[in-house]
Amino acid sequence: MVPIAYYLVLAAILFAIGIAAFLIKRNVITIFMSIELMLNAVNLTFVAFSHMWHQVSGQIFVFFVMVVAAAEAAVGLAIIIALFRVRQTLDVDHINLMKD
Amino acid sequence: MTHLTNFEIFLLFTIVKIAVVLVITLTAVAYTVLLERKVLGRLQNRWGPSRVGPFGLLQPLVDGLKLFLKEDMMPLAVERPLFILAPIIALGCALVSIAVVPFGAVTMVHGVDLFQIANLNIGLLVILGVTSIGVYGIALSGWSSNNKYSLFGSLRATAQMISYELALGLSLVGVVLRAGSLSLRDIVASQSAHGAISWNIFGGFQFVAFFIYLMAAYAETNRSPFDLSEAESELVAGYHTEYSSMKFAMFFMAEYANMITVACVATLLFFGGASSPFGHLFDSIGSGLILSGLFSIAWFVAKVFTFLLLYIWVRGTLPRFRYDQLMGFGWKFLLPVAMVNILATALALSYHR
Amino acid sequence: MQIALFIIFGLLAVAGALNLLFQRHPINSALSLVVVMMSLAVLYWSLGAEFLAAAQVIVYAGAIMVLFIFVVMLLNAGEEDRTHGSKIAYIAGIPGAAAIVCLLSYVFLSNRQQLGTTQLGGYLSSSVSNISEISHTLFTSLLLPFEVTSILILVAILGAVVLARKEL
Repeated sequence: MVPIAYYLVLAAILFAIGIAAFLIKRNVITIFMSIELMLNAVNLTFVAFSHMWHQVSGQIFVFFVMVVAAAEAAVGLAIIIALFRVRQTLDVDHINLMKD
Repeated sequence: MTHLTNFEIFLLFTIVKIAVVLVITLTAVAYTVLLERKVLGRLQNRWGPSRVGPFGLLQPLVDGLKLFLKEDMMPLAVERPLFILAPIIALGCALVSIAVVPFGAVTMVHGVDLFQIANLNIGLLVILGVTSIGVYGIALSGWSSNNKYSLFGSLRATAQMISYELALGLSLVGVVLRAGSLSLRDIVASQSAHGAISWNIFGGFQFVAFFIYLMAAYAETNRSPFDLSEAESELVAGYHTEYSSMKFAMFFMAEYANMITVACVATLLFFGGASSPFGHLFDSIGSGLILSGLFSIAWFVAKVFTFLLLYIWVRGTLPRFRYDQLMGFGWKFLLPVAMVNILATALALSYHR
Repeated sequence: MQIALFIIFGLLAVAGALNLLFQRHPINSALSLVVVMMSLAVLYWSLGAEFLAAAQVIVYAGAIMVLFIFVVMLLNAGEEDRTHGSKIAYIAGIPGAAAIVCLLSYVFLSNRQQLGTTQLGGYLSSSVSNISEISHTLFTSLLLPFEVTSILILVAILGAVVLARKEL
């Protein structure tokens, strides 16, 4: 018997760590990973709410999020590979062609 | 036993089951190595190991002792934590998936199933999931070795394993459609009605799925003819070039444990698991709890053994694929055929309902 | 039983997420994210979503993260450097994230009575399986979104193939 609020707090903590990693990290791949972490945190809240309302639609939403995350990972990593071919770096501070 | 609560009995039985299954699996791994060396030897017209013990039967023991006593080399440039973690992941994942395999007929003692460690309603998905985690062992071993041959070997193995996992998963959908469940017990029960005729490969018309499964499974376990990740002529020894002593032995054991798992899954899904090929014809001989349990285990072991022999036979016969051929075969042949098989099975099932 | 599971795997998830934040090498970050995903799979299972637990392990930990590690290995990405851009992010990011946690936790914990409690293994009786319920909803009332997602996947495959080609 765990209060659902605890699961939600855990999800909030994971989401906040994801935000912090997104802002602090300088490597494109790690930034991408922190987006996945945030998606996972949101998925946990969906499953917890689906349990709370005794409905399966929350779990189906998580299923769709997983599918979209897979598509996003495939396209995003392809972009990263193309970017690396052109710039020879993965550091976001050095990918600044549009800035100067 | 009367003064123990139900939970204590369950806990005790489970621990004993885990210990027994672990010991039997590791022994089976050691003797599969011997079997492979013996049969390969016979296929190539030589004797195979024959010096230690009668017919070389003690060879695995001595091999293990040798690997255990060897110096554990740690190259200077390796990424230390991951280098140590990789073989543990590989062997751990290979051994964990055996936990959901039912070895014999349902035999309840004090409310605990004797011949299966855990009866999960998503047993098949657990096996697929654990196999997909096993990829990390190989990927990390190649990267942390800091050696170009290791890296190439592990890149090849990783790409191959995640490509063939698709064909492997899709080939099992037909069986799941027929059984209407993901629990391995239910899948076995769905094909034990009339003996060999109701097995999925014969009565279920799943032979296409079976051949897809077989080929994808050979690729999943990195066995010949798909053993490009350890092609000696190109890559020294592939991802375990830098490993020695027990760490090498763990990779070696993981490979053979994976072979056994794959053989178990093939037996369960396509060949009726622990059920007899004669159906209920000879049930009167094997009546009684102990005798029927022993008979079911004997059938299971015989089927798994046949698969292991098939593995070794294929290794002794077929040459290695080229890498682009391997990828093309997986994506352009196995995957479409698996999808057509799913469609055909679904149509046939809906027609029969 | 469930509180023990929640504490162990919740702490494991938070530790993995923090490790992702503090590790300098992308492969270590990726592995800690795998730990987070595996512990989340256990939490899903404890909430009665066993199909999602299996899908989380197979899809997220077994496919997406392997792809990440594959790309890190392929590009041979090294450790990242600290630049002044990340210092600004430290000053702005950590207090902001902490504020979000405090706000959300306050809202959730003050409403914990209304949110109720969970029970191990979900709300379904053992006769109905979670998988059949999900698939029934997915293939009847949500069939159109399901098919649209499969088209999305197809587009993503084609996009990835085009983007990763040598001559762009």
